[in-house]
Amino acid sequence: MTEPVKHTRLVVRIVSIVIGMFVFAVFAMPPLYDVICDVTGLNGKTSNQPAIAEGVTPQNERVLNIQFLAQTGNGMPWRFEPGEKSVRVHPGEIKMTQFVVENLTDKTITSHAIPSVSPPQATQYFKKTQCFCFERQTLEGRGKKEMPVIFYLDPALPKEINTITLSYTLYNLDDLAQSNKNDI
Amino acid sequence: MADGAAHAHHAHGDHHHGPRSGIMRWITTTNHKDIGALYLWFAFAMFLVGGLLAMVIRAELMYPGMQLVEPDFFNQMTTTHGLIMVFGAIMPAFVGFANLMVPMMIGAPDMALPRLNNWSFWILPFAFGILIFAIIKSFLGIAEAPNFGWTFYAPLSTKFGPPSTDFFIFSVHMMGVSSIMGALNVIVTIFNLRAPGMTLMKMPLFVWTWLITAFLLIAVMPVLAGTVTMMLTDRHFGTSFFDAAGGGDPVLFQHIFWFFGHPEVYIMILPAFGIVSAIIPTFSRKKLFGYHSMVYATASIAILSFTVWAHHMFVVGMPLAGNLFFMYMTMLIAVPTGVKVFNWVATMWRGAMTFETPMLFSIAFVILFTIGGFSGLMLAITPVDQQYQDTYFVVAHFHYVLVTGALFSIMAGAYYWLPKWTGRMYNETLGKVHFWSSLISVNLLFFPMHFVGLAGMPRRTADYALQFADFNWWISIGGFWFGLSQLIFLWIAYDVCFRKSGTPATAQVWEGAEGLEWTLSSPPPYHSFTTPPRID
Repeated sequence: MTEPVKHTRLVVRIVSIVIGMFVFAVFAMPPLYDVICDVTGLNGKTSNQPAIAEGVTPQNERVLNIQFLAQTGNGMPWRFEPGEKSVRVHPGEIKMTQFVVENLTDKTITSHAIPSVSPPQATQYFKKTQCFCFERQTLEGRGKKEMPVIFYLDPALPKEINTITLSYTLYNLDDLAQSNKNDI
Repeated sequence: MADGAAHAHHAHGDHHHGPRSGIMRWITTTNHKDIGALYLWFAFAMFLVGGLLAMVIRAELMYPGMQLVEPDFFNQMTTTHGLIMVFGAIMPAFVGFANLMVPMMIGAPDMALPRLNNWSFWILPFAFGILIFAIIKSFLGIAEAPNFGWTFYAPLSTKFGPPSTDFFIFSVHMMGVSSIMGALNVIVTIFNLRAPGMTLMKMPLFVWTWLITAFLLIAVMPVLAGTVTMMLTDRHFGTSFFDAAGGGDPVLFQHIFWFFGHPEVYIMILPAFGIVSAIIPTFSRKKLFGYHSMVYATASIAILSFTVWAHHMFVVGMPLAGNLFFMYMTMLIAVPTGVKVFNWVATMWRGAMTFETPMLFSIAFVILFTIGGFSGLMLAITPVDQQYQDTYFVVAHFHYVLVTGALFSIMAGAYYWLPKWTGRMYNETLGKVHFWSSLISVNLLFFPMHFVGLAGMPRRTADYALQFADFNWWISIGGFWFGLSQLIFLWIAYDVCFRKSGTPATAQVWEGAEGLEWTLSSPPPYHSFTTPPRID
């Protein structure tokens, strides 16, 4: 054999790429994805911060159909329904609607609603000034509640969109915490 | 093949210690040819195991309605078949080729990091032992094996995954570690151990394709490890990366998975390009047409592979701009791939061609891989993908590129270099029987899948509508026939490696073969090039 070649430098460089890519996948990709979703409205996730309706004027010549959907996640023993199936609004007009929940068990349960807007192109223009999805909701056993959403549509909403669906999925947070504990 | 190497050692020199005897030789070996042989035999064993699972799938699908297995067991079969074939058969086979051929092709004595090399192989049997253990437990009715498809989409694999999902997670971690170490070794060997005068642009194309593949592995295997780690913490440690209830997003899983997954498909095909680019010039008795363009095309494919992942996700509800971007980038990959196919055909053009088994497999590779490429182009078109997605058309597409693509190139490479490794010519008649039997059965197996797929037969289901019955019967016949045909290859390999039959091979083996590996004796000495050859 000829004189030995030093491999250490190259090995260190390659291993640092490996570590870098692992860190990128676990610690950079999920937050980056959230940012991209926020900016582009990808995946129909609306902002979880209240919007401030300032200086918006309703455009009365345009009418949109807003549909509401409510569903419960796995192992969520609540009845969850929209107060009205759909409403007609003008862009810029501030509107309020209700969602009804009822705890069908005797236990107190804490839940969290995750919103989703379809088509995703409308997500950024769907502004909520108040929403039950901004915080956790707790209901005592057999309790019943009406939860309001106050929203408006940014008048800059693309012309081709005429119907928007706002959907909520209600998840059982106690169950989530419990199942994680059981697994460990 | 290994014993041949041992004989050569005795004739060779005495200042290197030779292989140990018995089983300890294989467990402690740091020799690139021993490890390459271990990789190839391991890959072949996994190919037979994965094939056996495919036989269960085809037996169930031979007739409509439920016959042999429960739907859940069927799903476990498709899942494990995919995992074993991708990570256990195709990838280790290519690493085996790299171990055997890269040092010989660049004029090195061995791989650069031999002990790491030993480790990267010996992790694999344990990784797959875990997966196979899960499937055996399921077969005995003790516990469910992973049943969520080889793509393990969340929440199927997180919230709804069976307890054995944790076996799967650790198994994937181990495969990842093994692949990363293998790739690291290839890069260091190619960068540091080339013979004097062997500049990068003088390297054989197989070495080039493996160098680029190794970089892909280094870049994306950690992403896969990250994905399964996030699954693990989602399942047990209260995180919500992929769980909407906790603020995560299951679609994020698909983005991260396919960010790994698309480069992964090129990891499984670039070395195949290298093998075929070695074989076609030999049997055409011409230099490879367009060597430089081949190198640039390989590099372009590798770079583009990082920009196309979301073509696996056209129906998750991406904005139009996103769909268009991924559609055009995907179609762009057809350009460098087209360059390669053109170059192979141009190499054969007016060559003095002969049709030994390696050449037959290579020509079949060029034609059938191109068919798989075309169905890939069809799937790349976003609007039609809405109809094709999740049907047997997709299954037909990726089996054309992975079986008649990657696997056929592995078969071609094995026949091409077997005489070099063992020092004996394999049985050419049986080789041709293996080729024609495989060629006919593989098309009977996968071609009708295009038709049932376009007609709407969904993949990953244990039952189907009655109108698909006739095609599925033929597909199953093709499947059993193809599976049995591979036993011919098992016999051919056993025959030259262990029964030591066949006429002795010359150093050059094939009349038109060129390159450093053909300057060594057949079988080559235990330490390939103890003094580096000079290349001008």
